[in-house]
Amino acid sequence: MNTLSINNLKELEAEAIHIIREVAASFEKPVMLYSIGKDSSVMVRLAEKAFFPGKVPFPLMHIDSKWKFREMVEFRDRYAAENGWDLIVEYNREGFENGIGPFSHGSKVHTDVMKTQALLQALDKHRFDAAFGGARRDEEKSRAKERIFSFRDRFHQWDPKNQRPELWDVYNARVHKGESIRVFPISNWTELDIWQYIRLENIPIVPLYFAKERPIVEVDGNLIMVDDERMPDEMVQKAKMRMVRFRTLGCYPLTGAIDSEADTIEKIVEEMMTVTKSERTTRVIDFDQDGSMEQKKREGYF
Amino acid sequence: MALNTDIQAFLDQDQKKDLLRLLTAGSVDDGKSTLIGRLLFDSKKIYEDQLSALERDSKRVGHAGDNIDYALLLDGLKAEREQGITIDVAYRYFSTNKRKFIIADTPGHEQYTRNMVTGASTANLAIILIDARKGVITQTRRHTFLVSLLGIKHIVLAVNKMDLVDYSQEVFDKICDDYKNFVTRLSIPDLYFIPLSALNGDNVVDDSVHMPWYHGKNLLRYLEEVHISSDRNFDDFRFPVQYVLRPTLDFRGFSGKVASGIIRKGDEVMVLPSRKTSTVSSIITADGQADYAFPPQAATLTLADEIDISRGDMLVHPENLPRNERQFEAMLVWMDESTMDPFTQFYIKHTSNTTRARVDQIRYRVDVNTLEHNATQALSLNEIGRVVITTNKPLFFDPYHKNHSNGAFILIHPITHNTCAAGMIIDKMNATDLSARIADPESRRMVDGGKSLISQDELMKKYHQKGATIWIAGLHGSGKNLLAYNLERRLFDLGATVVLLDGSTVRSGLTRELDFSPADRAEQLRRVAEVCKILNDQGIIAICSFISPKNEIRSQVANIVGNERFHLVYMDAGLQYCKQNKPELYQKAEEGKLAYFPGLDETFDVPDNAKLLLKPEQLSENIQTILSYLQQQEIFPVD
Repeated sequence: MNTLSINNLKELEAEAIHIIREVAASFEKPVMLYSIGKDSSVMVRLAEKAFFPGKVPFPLMHIDSKWKFREMVEFRDRYAAENGWDLIVEYNREGFENGIGPFSHGSKVHTDVMKTQALLQALDKHRFDAAFGGARRDEEKSRAKERIFSFRDRFHQWDPKNQRPELWDVYNARVHKGESIRVFPISNWTELDIWQYIRLENIPIVPLYFAKERPIVEVDGNLIMVDDERMPDEMVQKAKMRMVRFRTLGCYPLTGAIDSEADTIEKIVEEMMTVTKSERTTRVIDFDQDGSMEQKKREGYF
Repeated sequence: MALNTDIQAFLDQDQKKDLLRLLTAGSVDDGKSTLIGRLLFDSKKIYEDQLSALERDSKRVGHAGDNIDYALLLDGLKAEREQGITIDVAYRYFSTNKRKFIIADTPGHEQYTRNMVTGASTANLAIILIDARKGVITQTRRHTFLVSLLGIKHIVLAVNKMDLVDYSQEVFDKICDDYKNFVTRLSIPDLYFIPLSALNGDNVVDDSVHMPWYHGKNLLRYLEEVHISSDRNFDDFRFPVQYVLRPTLDFRGFSGKVASGIIRKGDEVMVLPSRKTSTVSSIITADGQADYAFPPQAATLTLADEIDISRGDMLVHPENLPRNERQFEAMLVWMDESTMDPFTQFYIKHTSNTTRARVDQIRYRVDVNTLEHNATQALSLNEIGRVVITTNKPLFFDPYHKNHSNGAFILIHPITHNTCAAGMIIDKMNATDLSARIADPESRRMVDGGKSLISQDELMKKYHQKGATIWIAGLHGSGKNLLAYNLERRLFDLGATVVLLDGSTVRSGLTRELDFSPADRAEQLRRVAEVCKILNDQGIIAICSFISPKNEIRSQVANIVGNERFHLVYMDAGLQYCKQNKPELYQKAEEGKLAYFPGLDETFDVPDNAKLLLKPEQLSENIQTILSYLQQQEIFPVD
């Protein structure tokens, strides 16, 4: 007789595919938010699988803060073109024209204007009623209790005290005009699951995840890479080549690298199992204040 | 290189692990968060920097003295951290060499029943925590009831704080006995008892040295070894169509999650509701083409024939059909802040199928602490009741205890869109046995009717009559309609203002979407009754000719119309007479071609409260009898 059990990864995969199809069937205008990171890459692959042999019935959207690593942007454009995705790239024009950036305005202002506000503008502009995100519950405390279908009011705000109960795999997809749902199909995946899946499915990821000699400046204990000419000269002058990789990707001035020799997925996993820092600690923005992620999420950040 | 091979071996093994979803029930006082914290901590899943953040937090708001407060690792949101209680459902992840685990951590107090039900809905197993000093308390019973309600098959009773009762076997045994005594009333297939101390780590991850008398497994070992793969239903194939995939003109795939059962290439399948059949020509899973698929896989099926299938339809094996009905009983957990309004037409979502539903009747409310049944008019937040539900379209369902995926549903409020309730369909109960609720006491009417500027007196003077409803009940072929039409003619000739309503008239329009099931018959009569009420309010006499077989429904109709205006006339015709009168109809019914036929497969309650009892053979006498009755009751004529 055939085997009738599936392993943990296959179960998570089936759950995610079910969620993605449910959104495609229930909403008029869904979009998949694409951060170009490893979690996004997994989510994108799951969407491709969900509609195989057909084309995915919604676009990808990247909110470009204009400070992403160059390799991320190259990867994004190449991946979307090669895999037939309809890619939307949006950014906060006003913020960009006013020269908002982390070096000149600090991480808080930059994140608010170029990420949170940019996202909200883009969602309003396209009138998307459902937006997929690649967040996982094990990343951060406030994510642990967020629903898979997470309701947002017409101002895109999350109310952690007033979440809809979510039972079985029966998702409530009803919204009024102007309201929306953020959907997290890989909520139940851990960081190890993500790497395992990338390995098994040969999912392409941005090379920055793998260790390489890179020009690095140390800023308050964070290892910041010199990615373009916008970094102030006094910082660039302190840069040294260093063998590093990135555990998460974002705006290059706000994303710290770690010293690492791991240049394959196996080595990354090996490093992860022994290294003792959880992944979001390399993101500068989480440290603004205690509970800061929850605050950002209430305001509409992913 | 050696390292790399090790990691590959590790990853290969990791990939093979299965997943156990578990629920922890208990309150902070029982040391629940400490227990989870220890499971996570001791399985090396807590990273160092999370620990250092924890040490910082512990100094500020910690509740555990000098020790690390494991609970702080778990309580996510800021406000909750300050109150010292976990309020929502938080999900935690950890992994051992044998298995991966997802913990749904839910609060224990009664006001968080809905959160616990939410966490329990996806769990394979529940850990129910008991404080050894307190034993089986109300909370334990409540948690156990909820866990059994949600159909969780494995329960671990974790008797915590054994260190505070001197690791006494006697205490432990007594708690186990008390608990066993209690759970015999519930159906829980697999029970396991473990004495432990979460604070000191006894029997959590390592065997306790303090309780040599305990020979069972420690908690983690039990969680790693408990057998769960046979918990799924592999017998009854149910495939709710979630999405129709049509990338090209020659490919039509039906995507969905296998809810239960197994589907193989070449299997004959039936589509519900159309009942058309075809064979499965291909199965595509996440790994590409497959020969078979089973739960919980997501799959896309293609069929040999072109059949019109859309989202909400269900594919099944033709020899194994689910129930297909518009009315059923269910256990309902109310989750909304606002109390159930019995007039609301909710959205009901069952698998991928959505339609409208109303709660017809609440048979009883369960007291979650004592398990006693109480009568109630409506369910409030966190209350649980057994209800009768009627939907607009039929659902294809199985009882929840046999098939979780195909027996569960949610109710969504039509205006707020909140998820108001979670429901679990109860085992087979004939739709004919379910009575429907159509009338409600005046006090529960949500909307008051408008106030006319014309008084009843003025109407009476204009029409020379009083508004009233003459309701003629009787079997098919009893001569109701003949009487009704002749009565209408006669009253009209005498100058009365009358309106006649009968089955065929209303079924051609007002109630065209309803069928002959008891629930729909009740709904049809409710609408007729409401029309009569309006007509009577305008001073008009309504003549109604309806079989109306049930005492209960007739009295509900009388309530809607107003008892003083409702005049029941019974056509007392024997079944023989009726058969002679309508032979073809009765022949069809006797051949089983017509379901719910009053007098045959459905009982007709002979009214004991009819104002007039008439024999069908005497038409003109009958009309005279009614006219005299109307005069005597001062209905018509009135001067």
